[in-house]
Amino acid sequence: MKMRVLSDQTKSCIEAEFPKYPDKRSVLLPALWIEQTASGYLSEQAMIDISELLDLTPVQVYDVATFYYMYNLKPVGRFHIQICKTLSCGLSGANTLIAYMQKKLEIHAGEKTPDGLFSLKLVECLAACGSGPMMQINEDYYEHLTNQKVDQILDDLKRVGKSSLATGRFRLPMVG
Amino acid sequence: MPVYEKILLKNMEQPGYTGSLTDYTRAGGYSALEKVLKGMSPQDVIETIKKSGLRGRGGAGFPTGVKWGFIPKDHPGPKYLCCNADESEPGTFKDRQLIENDPHPILEGIAIACFAIGAQTAYIYIRGEFFLGAKILNQAIAEAYRAGFLGTDIMASGFNLNVSVHRGAGAYICGEETALLESIEGKRGKPRSKPPFPATHGLYQKPTVVNNVETLSNVPHIINKGHEWFAAIGNGKSTGTRIFSVSGPVNQPGNYEVPLGITFREMIYEHAGGMRGDKKLKAIIPGGASASFFTSEHLDVRMDFESVAAAGSMLGSGAVTVMNEDTCMVWAAMNLLEFFHHESCGKCTPCREGSAWLLQILTRIEHGEGRLEDLKTLESLSHKIEGMTVCAFGDAEVAPILSTLKHFRAEYEAHIEERRCPFRTSVALAMAQ
Repeated sequence: MKMRVLSDQTKSCIEAEFPKYPDKRSVLLPALWIEQTASGYLSEQAMIDISELLDLTPVQVYDVATFYYMYNLKPVGRFHIQICKTLSCGLSGANTLIAYMQKKLEIHAGEKTPDGLFSLKLVECLAACGSGPMMQINEDYYEHLTNQKVDQILDDLKRVGKSSLATGRFRLPMVG
Repeated sequence: MPVYEKILLKNMEQPGYTGSLTDYTRAGGYSALEKVLKGMSPQDVIETIKKSGLRGRGGAGFPTGVKWGFIPKDHPGPKYLCCNADESEPGTFKDRQLIENDPHPILEGIAIACFAIGAQTAYIYIRGEFFLGAKILNQAIAEAYRAGFLGTDIMASGFNLNVSVHRGAGAYICGEETALLESIEGKRGKPRSKPPFPATHGLYQKPTVVNNVETLSNVPHIINKGHEWFAAIGNGKSTGTRIFSVSGPVNQPGNYEVPLGITFREMIYEHAGGMRGDKKLKAIIPGGASASFFTSEHLDVRMDFESVAAAGSMLGSGAVTVMNEDTCMVWAAMNLLEFFHHESCGKCTPCREGSAWLLQILTRIEHGEGRLEDLKTLESLSHKIEGMTVCAFGDAEVAPILSTLKHFRAEYEAHIEERRCPFRTSVALAMAQ
């Protein structure tokens, strides 16, 4: 079966998930991840392609894609910033961080910078409650944030696409 | 400060320990699996875990051995084990530490559990945001397959086991065990109505056990050192250690592994270094956002399942969120309701609609636009959600409101009478948004 927008590689990555489960539908979340990693977001046609691959209806795929917060139904920035605003981060200054980030990027939460580099989203607890305020950018966590660190992170990302301030493994002991 | 022997964080605190298979086997890893496969029956394993008193570390605290014992022994066809690595309860960050620094005990615990219940397939359901955790688990699984600790005919015992990682995609509710199963089945994570229970009708309607990361990590140690050893640690029916995640304005937030049953006072003032700036402690959430608030009056309550329940809250996920005298309790309740409103799966009307109304009223009060009758409405609305939903989420979302109304009613009244937040939190919020 030829897919309309899924690349051959994406299709074979999805098919490689089949042996892990007794039914094809279980591959839906993995399939959405694989396509989002490849294309940055989930287009309508991609979801239709996935439905065909998994013997589902397009609505079954859309139903699931819209339930889970991490699936992007629209393109996000090259660096997708998610700031945690739940209680422990709130107690450690998440609001100040959010305000600073919005001012610095000149966008509001839910928006993308005109150059497409950064998008900003406010999210609920990311399990880094002892090291707030914190944020996730693409796959990486950044913890114990200050305005100064934010400056450096954004600058690093713009210049070289990654930042040495990313946390990596949970640090022992946790220090600021 | 009292020093306790650690069980789960011990390995990773050794200098140079990376969590690789080599490091883990050097520290005695997979010897429990060998002991089980070479000399124990599934029933022996279940009995050992039952006698150890091990209880679920995810939130509900259900006895693990009893849960395993519920799996029908003569059931034809597949059975499943799911490891719940969806750590999402606000305040909790212990599983993240275990997964990222010592993944093999989790896999060894999974293998032993699968042997005990007769499962040949296990899924580790990990929250989508843990990209690094998923990568580390996948690496560890590959290592374990290569070394013959997973796969077919493990240690020439005839026991087969396949383990895969299934990533979530951002939904708190998937930590609820039946929502987790729905999610693995490729559906929206909506909790199922129980009964039937997962022990008989779980994943793909087959007998299934769902256990938390920390719970499973304890299993190899119990097998190696015996149930008597484990049962001797802790307090009464709460045996073993627990990793408590401490957050909020304390001097040293972090994860602390201690025997169950120490006091909140010892945890906060000794292990976590006391209150930052010597501020007065005002409130404690003793077990994650779903647990009722405690006050400074509760500092001498013991941190075990029974003591926390007897004092009117729950030990839950082991997340201790501390708040000081500067924190507005209406804001704290509002913040948590934003969380619950956002995360309600929408299946049950009282929870879906109720969370929106509760949030609306709390926001109004926090911003100085509340009315005195709002407090009654909050209470009556909360009581109409409690116990009226398919899963425990409904009870969880009203806990912060009912407990802050109980302990800090004067703060709510002050917001209404002064027509503003006495802590000026709403002003700070408005500036930020």
